Amino acid sequence: MYITIRDRPAGAKAAGSRVATTVVLLGVVSLLTDISSEMVTAVLPLYMTAELGLSLLAYGVVDGLYQGVSALVRIFGGYLNDRTNRPKWVAVLGYGISALSRIALVPAHSFAAITGVVTADRLGKGFRTAPRDALIADASDPAALGRAFGVHRTLDTIGAALGPLVAFGLLLLVPAGYSSVFVASFAFALLGVAMLVLFVPDRRTAGSGLPVRRLVTELTGPRLRKPLLAAGLLGLCTVSDGFLYLSLQHSGDFAARWFPLMYVGTNLVYLSLAIPLGRLADRVGRARVFLAGHAALLLTYLVAGGSDGGLIATLVALGLLGAYYAATDGVLPALISRRVPAEARGSGIAAAQTVVVLARFAVSLAFAALWEAWGPSPALFLAAGFLTAGIGAASWLLKGIDR
Amino acid sequence: MSPRAKLVAFAAVLVLAVAGTVLFVVHTRQERAAAVAAAPPVPVVDLAGVTPVPHVVFRSTAIGDYYGKVAMVPLGDPAGPRAFTRVDCDRVYAHRDEAVCLYSKPSFVTTYQAEVLDANWAIRRELPLAGVPSRTRLSPDGAWVATTTFVSGHAYSSPGDFSTETLVTSLRGGPSLNLEADFRLIVDGRRITAKDRNLWGVTFAADGDTFYATAASGTRTWLVRGSLKTRELVALREDAECPSLSPDGARVAFKTRNGQPAGQWMIAVYDLASGKSTLLTEKHSVDDQIEWLDNEQVLYGLPRAGTGPSASDVWAVPADGTGTPRVFIPDAWSPAVVR
Repeated sequence: MYITIRDRPAGAKAAGSRVATTVVLLGVVSLLTDISSEMVTAVLPLYMTAELGLSLLAYGVVDGLYQGVSALVRIFGGYLNDRTNRPKWVAVLGYGISALSRIALVPAHSFAAITGVVTADRLGKGFRTAPRDALIADASDPAALGRAFGVHRTLDTIGAALGPLVAFGLLLLVPAGYSSVFVASFAFALLGVAMLVLFVPDRRTAGSGLPVRRLVTELTGPRLRKPLLAAGLLGLCTVSDGFLYLSLQHSGDFAARWFPLMYVGTNLVYLSLAIPLGRLADRVGRARVFLAGHAALLLTYLVAGGSDGGLIATLVALGLLGAYYAATDGVLPALISRRVPAEARGSGIAAAQTVVVLARFAVSLAFAALWEAWGPSPALFLAAGFLTAGIGAASWLLKGIDR
Repeated sequence: MSPRAKLVAFAAVLVLAVAGTVLFVVHTRQERAAAVAAAPPVPVVDLAGVTPVPHVVFRSTAIGDYYGKVAMVPLGDPAGPRAFTRVDCDRVYAHRDEAVCLYSKPSFVTTYQAEVLDANWAIRRELPLAGVPSRTRLSPDGAWVATTTFVSGHAYSSPGDFSTETLVTSLRGGPSLNLEADFRLIVDGRRITAKDRNLWGVTFAADGDTFYATAASGTRTWLVRGSLKTRELVALREDAECPSLSPDGARVAFKTRNGQPAGQWMIAVYDLASGKSTLLTEKHSVDDQIEWLDNEQVLYGLPRAGTGPSASDVWAVPADGTGTPRVFIPDAWSPAVVR
């Protein structure tokens, strides 16, 4: 399977350059891994409730684990990456843990065992994100970083969209054959790890890993301070997707029926926009596109807050949410990697992602209280107000950063 | 390694992964066929012999052609031969001449169905169902049916962002009520309007109006008493899920965390008159809506450990906190007593 993603340059610009092979390879690794993880995610609620006879509350607990675990190890993965200066092997460790967790699902029949397996999977995910993004940044032309991350995220999201289809296809072949789904999921993950080990070059930056003190100096230095602060501020004005989906679901009959498909819709928009917005970020400035993405999120809140659950409002909200992801998820590491020296890249990217996740996590708790007290619409409108202020502050912080 | 060696190595992994998966799938299918062939034949009796006497309707989980089919056994010989119907259900509940069946049809987009069935197990009415089947009950007078489904989110939702949808539907041509949207929830005299409130696990009283259910908000759960007329739910006791009203209407059995970690439940019986709760002697975690065998004993399903998923038995235990649990119907799930 060979994939080359060529750009068709618009106009007479003869920059028909290709995205680095490493980036495409890492993208395919992510695609395979995401097929694997989304296969499991798609069947887990059914498996736990219909097969194991666990209740919905038990699944709620497992679902909550997805969120919290990976944020904490992310920063550790970035640190290990810069400390050892072996990004590829730190990533292999992360992908490997996740792959092994899939096969561990076959004998896991108790609530505790499944919880453990899901936690291991998330640990692996948190661990690999920063070194993988550092590898992408390292292999790419600095002027085309946005596009490189866009290509990676597109492939990654294609995997996420294919996963459930593969899983349910298998269940049609083997009714209630959840073990078969887990084995196939492991096979996909294994292929991803093999591709990473065999084909992704073990690029190492100059030097032999930074001591902790230097890393801290780099992370708190003036070049990184403002973008981290801006990302954190915006994270503090960001509500977890779950609430958005839930408010759309609560507000209408149509949305409730199609609740499981909402996430797919967001993914489709995300994967179709990731590359164009990445290229746009390279051209007009990453901070600008990053801020514009948050403006799309602001609109999402307004649409979801004012929605009556109708088809149009739901589709518009999902589309805007996908655009927000396409404009921020790959653009943030692209923005950060330019601001840190190569040997502190893993920690820099991890720091930015962790700041965002932790800020969101903190605000989720506060937002949940608001949501309870006022109901979805007022809470979302208030979040939109905060986000407006956040975008203003962040654009002041990020002024001139694209130059 | 040379590029060529790497390609060969990757090809080897690819072949291994694909072949391994295909072999596993084929092996699973063959193993199932073999297990079905080798399974001790399930002793079967005729439906006509069981239907007239008091019996238990349940989902049969005995390996074989009948796996997942709704079966029934007489109350006098629960572990004896079983009579099979032709319907498959994940959850089933029944009265004399009426049953409700929840099932899922896995496909690229999995769909869920709920059907009310008549005395001949033919479909009388289809009900809307938005998610994974979880609980179902009929009212004693046969006028109402309750279904609870789990409307799942996705992998990245925040903690506790799962949600249930509980519908109470009139079988006499009336409306379908959504417990979250159409009822007021009152806890300690104050109305709870929190949007994260979930309601599930309905059990009906005999008066045609009263029912009991679980309400949850944040990390707390309550046993609530509801009224179909006033559309109000009033909390009676905290830490109670999936209530089930005794045949005499005096007590409610439910799952309670009782200080244990999430996903672990004991069975408690709550006396409606005195407000006193009694813990039953079952030591395993019970995750089921309890069913009363009579006014002295309760039934519940337990997954059977060590034999892989899908193995389960229905157990019985005295409702007064004494005695020891015993297997009541082997290879069974989702019991409903028809008196």
